[in-house]
Amino acid sequence: MISWATAAPAISAAFLASLVEVVEAFTIVLAVATVQGWRPALAGTAAGLGVLGLLVLALGPVIDRVPLQGLQLVIGVLLLLFGLRWLRKAILRAAGIIALHDEDRAFASETASLAEAARLDATRRDWIAGLAAFKAVVLEGVEVVFIVIAVGAGRGLLWPAAFGAVAACALVLVIGLAVHKPLSRVPENTLKFGVGVMLSAFGVYWTGEGLGVAWPGHDLAILVLAAMFLAIGLSLVPLARRPQKIEPQEMAR
Amino acid sequence: MTLLRLIVREFVGLFVDDEKLALSILAVVGACWLLVHAIHGSAFSTGLLLVLGCVGVLIASVLQGARR
Repeated sequence: MISWATAAPAISAAFLASLVEVVEAFTIVLAVATVQGWRPALAGTAAGLGVLGLLVLALGPVIDRVPLQGLQLVIGVLLLLFGLRWLRKAILRAAGIIALHDEDRAFASETASLAEAARLDATRRDWIAGLAAFKAVVLEGVEVVFIVIAVGAGRGLLWPAAFGAVAACALVLVIGLAVHKPLSRVPENTLKFGVGVMLSAFGVYWTGEGLGVAWPGHDLAILVLAAMFLAIGLSLVPLARRPQKIEPQEMAR
Repeated sequence: MTLLRLIVREFVGLFVDDEKLALSILAVVGACWLLVHAIHGSAFSTGLLLVLGCVGVLIASVLQGARR
């Protein structure tokens, strides 16, 4: 029986990370549906989900065969690469060094490129639109599959992690279909900051386990590591912020 | 084929965005591995090196990104 304290970090990390990815995929699928109708959008989405299903079916038995310590080390290193990359970007975005991701702009850019294709004949238009939806679902979905495996496979938490991901998909779908426009109000950078913190904590924990480190407090060490990464991340934001240039007239005042 | 290449590129991009950050993380993990297997260091020192190394890599990468 998995305890709630063990499952909760896996569920919440998979839920938050998947939420970001599903919002991005939903934006493209919605753009396809707006320009070309729901038929190619849903066909592309269904084909993408089919490919992801095959990927999960192929990876599932392989994971069971890999020795646990080796699996923890490999997944830990991948999580470190993934988590620290997200955290670094989220800190730099929060500091205003790099631009925030804009779902409205992504939606506008996708509809513009599909409108460009609208000059072609109807069959080719459907193909291009369906392919755009397929690509978005596969590319973002691969990230969701990786997150679920990475967060869940080290300690038999695949089902709780998968539950978190499915809950994120359902939430985006329900809200997205209700508002019927890109979910631009999702505080994406805050989510990415939180996910970067959690994935980095999981990464350090699994890598340590793979190297034979006995963490004090066992699974609770993940929460301590997450608190540490959160504190460091938040204190790095003002440090990374560039000082505003002061105009000579303002200095004279 | 182009789609497959795109998926592979996107998947690699999941982990490697800033090459220096990725190499530094691998160097920290490599140093921890050496500490365990070559020097037979204690589990405590391995854990400490891993935590401090990752924190150091993050701080250096963010400050360098801010200066760029």
